[in-house]
Amino acid sequence: MVHDVIISGFGGQGVLSMGELLAYTAMHQGKNVTWLPAYGPEQRGGTSYCTVVISDEPVASPISSEPEAIIVLNRPSLERFESQVRAGGFIVYNSSLIDVSPTRKDVRVVAVPANAIADEIGATTVANMVMLGAFLEVLPVVSRDDVMKSLAQTISARHHNLLPLDEQALKRGAEVAQKVGKSS
Amino acid sequence: MAERMLMKGNEALAEAAIRAGCRFYAGYPITPQSEVPEYMSRRMPEVGGVFIQAESEVATVNMLYGAGGAGARVMTSSSSPGISLMQEGISYMAGAEVPGVFVNMMRGGPGLGDISPSQGDYFQATKGGGHGDYRLIVLAPGSIQEMVELMQDAFDLADKYRNPVMVVGDGMLGQMMEPVTMPPMRDLSTLPAKPWATTGAAGRKKNIINSLELDPYVLEKHVQSLKAKFDQMQATEQRHDTYLIDDAEIVVVAYGTVSRVARSAIDAVRGEGIKAGLFRPITLWPWPEVALARVVESGRVKAFLVAEMSTGQMIEDVRLTVSGRVPVHFYGRYAGVVPTPKELAGVIQNLQAQLK
Repeated sequence: MVHDVIISGFGGQGVLSMGELLAYTAMHQGKNVTWLPAYGPEQRGGTSYCTVVISDEPVASPISSEPEAIIVLNRPSLERFESQVRAGGFIVYNSSLIDVSPTRKDVRVVAVPANAIADEIGATTVANMVMLGAFLEVLPVVSRDDVMKSLAQTISARHHNLLPLDEQALKRGAEVAQKVGKSS
Repeated sequence: MAERMLMKGNEALAEAAIRAGCRFYAGYPITPQSEVPEYMSRRMPEVGGVFIQAESEVATVNMLYGAGGAGARVMTSSSSPGISLMQEGISYMAGAEVPGVFVNMMRGGPGLGDISPSQGDYFQATKGGGHGDYRLIVLAPGSIQEMVELMQDAFDLADKYRNPVMVVGDGMLGQMMEPVTMPPMRDLSTLPAKPWATTGAAGRKKNIINSLELDPYVLEKHVQSLKAKFDQMQATEQRHDTYLIDDAEIVVVAYGTVSRVARSAIDAVRGEGIKAGLFRPITLWPWPEVALARVVESGRVKAFLVAEMSTGQMIEDVRLTVSGRVPVHFYGRYAGVVPTPKELAGVIQNLQAQLK
């Protein structure tokens, strides 16, 4: 089974680190993975994205022409990647910052007010984890527990006091996706 | 078994070089490989090695010439324009028989070009980017794990033949992350002895490392001995890999990043019943002509499709080997554009339609 996802947003929203966390966690579950960042003359505030491929077999192409899912955190990202999603795939978008709705009818759409939820939790910086929580609810390529284990391994000890906020963010994101799942 | 780590290509190759016994790195930053000098600047002091940020690529290659001549396992890394600046020194090292490893994370050109992935330096790497009658062993990894393994081989081959070795990747292989398993740290005392090195001549006959010889009859003898090495490389060092080739009627020939995209495209068209396979050169020089000729001679192949991130460079070597026996088609994206799996699958589908 191959899962490919593009994660995109403003530089600074944590899209590259979210992708890295997903790839790292899947690797620790024995999967083959690739994490490919868009690199170029990037700038703070510009759009940044990465492609993560998770597979039981060795990963062939690390670039994806028709991703199974996109996780988009800002409007330019939605506009850029919406048309590429494979039919039957997923769009998980940050409705706090994206004031339009995806128009595709052949994919499952999950609106996540990620910044609003992160602010309620008390740390805007965990908005990316809210998005990841929602994504993993619709496409459970790894479990939230495994993500938390990876996070504890990869972030430095002096930030471990923030782990409960991350855990809360993942859970709140999952709850949003669950509600969407029931209503659709 | 060693731990699987998620590493960027650039950092993985730097660590792999250190584990292969590299203790001298000189370089100058250039995207998309600047993580290599960054990593080396931190790591070399930990293992008692030398890291130098040189003032230019011209200085870099001459530092390698000096340190390699003194017997160290030396390397540098750069990207296309920087590698161009090193060509004079690479020729000198080949002439003076100084081993060294060069990594080129190719980017779009010509000129300053852009910083996106490319394979436009195939000619430069395989046909002699510098002047004079020399060859480089050119290794082209298709994954980060393979890059780690080929870095070990690059240093061993450089020492074995006393010749520079080049490892070519591109921005994508440098920037992406994949799980890797690192080899153990090489015990430096097990590395081959270098009695030819300029280590101080106390108590022995002096060694001279030089590429100048003004007597053409003497120089011809020297170049003959170099040629004998290059002949031996061609006879013993050809490497390649294949994917789904046993029953393939359309064989894609691709290396590095494009070979990865090609595998996805082949998987996709196989689902529609198209018998496609992949021939992946691992040594771009020596060109894996023996294995490719065997594929031609199998009689099953109806068409080759050479796919490159260039306007068509490796295709010349494919055509030489195929020698008109089977049609050779070409698909290229260049200047920093990477073909997508869907795009390449479409090219294979069109080719299949033409065959019918």
